[in-house]
Amino acid sequence: MIVTGYVLEIAQVALALLLAPGLAGFVRWLKARFQNRRGAPPWQPYFELRKLFGKEVVMSNNASWLFRVAPYIIFASTVTVTLLVPMIVAPLALDGMGDLLMVVYLLLLGTFFLALAGLDPGTAFGGMGASREMTVAAIAEPTIALAIFSLALSAGSTNLGRIVTQELANPAVTVSPGHLLALAALFIVTLAETGRLPVDNPATHLELTMIHEAMILEYSGRYLALIEWASWLKLTIFFTLLANLFVPWGIATTFDPAALTLAVLALIVKLAVLGGIVAVVETRVAKLRLFRVPELLGASFVLALLAVTSSFLLK
Amino acid sequence: MPALFKKIFQTGIVTEPLGPDEAEIIQLVGQVNQKTQRLLGRALAIREVDAGSCNGCEIEITGLTGPVYDSERFGIHFVASPRHADMLLVTGPVTRNMEVPLRKTYEATPDPKLVVAVGDCARTCGVFKSSYAVVGSVDKVIPVDVFIPGCPPEPADILRGILAALDRMPKKRI
Amino acid sequence: MTIPSNLISSQTMTWLLVVMIAGYGIGAVGALTLGRSLFVRAAATSGAIIGAGAAFILGSANLLSGQTLTIQISDILPITGFALRLDGLGAFFLVVIGLLGVPVALYSFGYSAAYEGRYSLRLIGAMLNGLLLTLSLQVMADNALTFLLLWETMSLSAYWMVVTEHDQPGTLQAGGWYIAMTHIGFAALVAMFLLLSGGDAMSTSFAAMRANALTLAPLARDAVFLLALFGFGSKAGVVPLHVWLPMAHPVAPSHVSALMSGVVIKMGIYGLLRVTLDLLGGGPAWWGALVLAVGTVTALLGVLYALMEHDLKRLLAFHSVENIGIILIGIGAGLIFRSYGLMALATLGFIGGLYHTINHASFKGLLFLGAGSVLHATGTRNMEEMGGLIKRMPWTALFFLIGAAAISALPPLNGFVSEWLVFQALLGGFNIPVPEVAVAFPLAVGMLALTSGLAAACFVKAFGISFLAIPRSHEAEHAHEAPLSMRIGMAILALACIALGLAPFSVVPLLGGVLAGLGGLPDTRSVFTLNLLVQAPAGFAQVSPTWIGLGLLILLALIPLVMRLMHVNRKRRVSDTWGCGRIGQTPRMEYTATSFAEPLRRVFAELYRPTKELSIDFHPESKYFVKSIKYSSRITPLFDRVLYDPLLRLIQRISRQVRRIQTGSLHLYLMYVAVILILLLIAARWF
Repeated sequence: MIVTGYVLEIAQVALALLLAPGLAGFVRWLKARFQNRRGAPPWQPYFELRKLFGKEVVMSNNASWLFRVAPYIIFASTVTVTLLVPMIVAPLALDGMGDLLMVVYLLLLGTFFLALAGLDPGTAFGGMGASREMTVAAIAEPTIALAIFSLALSAGSTNLGRIVTQELANPAVTVSPGHLLALAALFIVTLAETGRLPVDNPATHLELTMIHEAMILEYSGRYLALIEWASWLKLTIFFTLLANLFVPWGIATTFDPAALTLAVLALIVKLAVLGGIVAVVETRVAKLRLFRVPELLGASFVLALLAVTSSFLLK
Repeated sequence: MPALFKKIFQTGIVTEPLGPDEAEIIQLVGQVNQKTQRLLGRALAIREVDAGSCNGCEIEITGLTGPVYDSERFGIHFVASPRHADMLLVTGPVTRNMEVPLRKTYEATPDPKLVVAVGDCARTCGVFKSSYAVVGSVDKVIPVDVFIPGCPPEPADILRGILAALDRMPKKRI
Repeated sequence: MTIPSNLISSQTMTWLLVVMIAGYGIGAVGALTLGRSLFVRAAATSGAIIGAGAAFILGSANLLSGQTLTIQISDILPITGFALRLDGLGAFFLVVIGLLGVPVALYSFGYSAAYEGRYSLRLIGAMLNGLLLTLSLQVMADNALTFLLLWETMSLSAYWMVVTEHDQPGTLQAGGWYIAMTHIGFAALVAMFLLLSGGDAMSTSFAAMRANALTLAPLARDAVFLLALFGFGSKAGVVPLHVWLPMAHPVAPSHVSALMSGVVIKMGIYGLLRVTLDLLGGGPAWWGALVLAVGTVTALLGVLYALMEHDLKRLLAFHSVENIGIILIGIGAGLIFRSYGLMALATLGFIGGLYHTINHASFKGLLFLGAGSVLHATGTRNMEEMGGLIKRMPWTALFFLIGAAAISALPPLNGFVSEWLVFQALLGGFNIPVPEVAVAFPLAVGMLALTSGLAAACFVKAFGISFLAIPRSHEAEHAHEAPLSMRIGMAILALACIALGLAPFSVVPLLGGVLAGLGGLPDTRSVFTLNLLVQAPAGFAQVSPTWIGLGLLILLALIPLVMRLMHVNRKRRVSDTWGCGRIGQTPRMEYTATSFAEPLRRVFAELYRPTKELSIDFHPESKYFVKSIKYSSRITPLFDRVLYDPLLRLIQRISRQVRRIQTGSLHLYLMYVAVILILLLIAARWF
């Protein structure tokens, strides 16, 4: 029984790694369709990864060992997070290893090293990307912490598996004002942390409009492959958190194969729906000026604060 | 917002199908390495380099990413940094000031890579031939795989030239 | 993990104390008397290592076995004599002192070599041992007079070490601010002890004060608490009494800065816990709420001002302010929970605060030692003149990176564990029955998260600008790696950071043991750990940095292996940095520290209120040609602007008025004496 749990953990990691490029490709394909063109097929990112792993790495002569090690740290920390996020089964075998706070700080570990890797080659664009990325990450932190607080209040725990099982046990809590406000706040934070419009344009070529892209301008080959895969994995993780922490139905609570298959299908449907919503948002809005982003994140902070207060008062 | 999406759905997909190179415009310079073509065939990242052109070719190239010609359906997209690129799309007669930057861009691109030269200027220096400001055609500075003649060439021809380098030239209209 | 008490007898403890004092003594005497500078440094270092090592062992012995130590010498001090008693709380702080003392002493061997011929090595060596001695004895002080004597000696030793480089600009001024503020705090502490002993000189021992506190009027208890917060707070560096910290810590020699940031300011935390929790036995909820509020403001202001600094050591000093804020958040939460009888949560809050104390000592000590290596190699503290040091000082860079990751609370290092514990304590706030108090906790959570994010941003800047990319000055280009003693000192602290992060399941029970029995807290330590996990009470949350750390390591090894098996292209070519085809790259093209912090400066512009000065020099013949542009921007910290500058102006104004009575006329002075004498005689007659 316990062994099945650990096997499922590894299967979940593999599933996440497999789905991540597809999700990013799906969002890209939808946006292309909204731009009235055929666009690349949704499985294009898989081809991109295969190609990048076949290219050589060209490194700047100013870069140090940090530049070479950073992609592995970023990828490892993001994969570690997938061990903790309930994707197809809750609670996970390793649920006690980490809670939402651990997830947040592991993602911060990846961001920290990505920012340092942007500064390493000594380019102005890398420094700019690092500076902007850390600003957005720092200002998004309070919202995430308060959203965690409001979720933990109703579920009685910050461990993800327990939150999901509590919500499945009393579904009325998912439509409580606290939860809905927390969902809205976390949606805005998802757009900020995964580098989507209106905070950052993932498809831009103009360096002055880049945040995430600017830090990886010097990367190539297998390093770039690892970093891109990690950023798609981060998108998948955030979508999974939004989906399974707020709309948990479909997730398996036993190791029964039928339940697990249903859970995989439910996950794919939820990710596709969220991908569709993000594609619509990205088509509708224009990118915010960098110094307006704190206003957006401030609004999400207010939403999160309201979420906590209402969870408190309505307990 | 409903008005925007109503318009999107009313307009529909406007991408035009791409046919083969009937007018035999594309010029391949020798055989491209097959392993390279297999690696880059499905997902190509292009870095465009303006080595002194009049921007006529650039305007045609920007049409490539639009809805009508949609290079992305072939897995081709444009990138900002040559470190991310697999192919350099070079325009213009190489002017003296752009010779070193062009070489540096070529060095900055990781192997395996391809070079496609767009326009008459890139092939023969066009109307700027023997000017004091011009070094020569692109293949005098970096090795070129495909020439696309024209002043400027049509976006469809540019797309066909890129696909020819990848050995993915369409056999019929797709 | 415990050791049975019969393995460690009280005689062993006494011997350890003797070895400790002897070690420091030998170090001080050796430093003062030996001839060659090499021997002076060696004597000071080895004496301090013996002393601090003995302190560490003594503290650990108490924590692991519960064996205590009591010394009472009646004749050294009047009335109650010199009394020492080692209990759990003191032992913990003794461990912190020892943990930081050994690497700092080792480091100072190499670092003070640069002072040879310029400043007195004897004084530095002797004062190092003196400071460590007073610190070690301070946490064992068992009556008011011993405490105050050691407090004052500690402040003075620290002062002499701060003003070591007395000819550098700003050093003496910083020392002046430090000594003034520490004495204002001292005055508050004297008043506090007076109140605690009820004015009775006989009951100034801590045991007597504990008994007396039960009978004190509530108003007196409140006054004691406020005086303790003021006095100990000024030593710890809480806002608004923090202004001396960013002045004194940068100008001190780097190992002294490490010691001060790591241990001396923690004496404020020790004192606050000793008085509030031990002597007073806890208090009403508003005490905790005040500490929580002060802690939150301190943390936030500390990190916000740290972000704007480009003097590396001043940046680290502001971060010390921030981390003291975080410790106070944990302590404040603990006090609030205790006043409502939620004992397990209260213990959690205090454990979070104490864990952060030892964590901060390790990573801040490490960071200051790293900054010292950089200063030693390049001669500058200004980040705008550094860069590219990771290739020239690889070990220092690695240790500084570990310290930076630790202070940013990145798992699996130690900063994450203590911040997690403080967060969990705050998240327990919903259990508080009074909604007005409970609402403070979500705000504190938000502010703590913001502080944590900003700290990470600040350390990306600090490490990135100082160590990465291209050197921005001649000195940085020719920097050399630190000598071996300095590297070993840093390595010890880096290992401590890693160990404290990977083994919290053994540290948390020890801290629980420290708190059991203190201020009425029951022994709840078994609640907080389970195998290799750390957990919050009532199963609220569980986390295991140990397993996560292991997982990260496995993945870091696995990923390259899998890539090799899948025949990924392994070629790597080194080429010029991509500069858009531009020829050449100079340091002027890199990002600077000021530009890195610029977006955050704009976001918080209302707080910073930066002043801007722009002067443009035009060509004399035409104003369309610009010769030069000079731009300068200055940020004056909030409390300097709002509190201290007006206060200083007021004091100066009053002083000028008082000076009027000094006319220089001897006749007038004789008349003053006569008038005052008559007034005193009348007063003595009447009262």
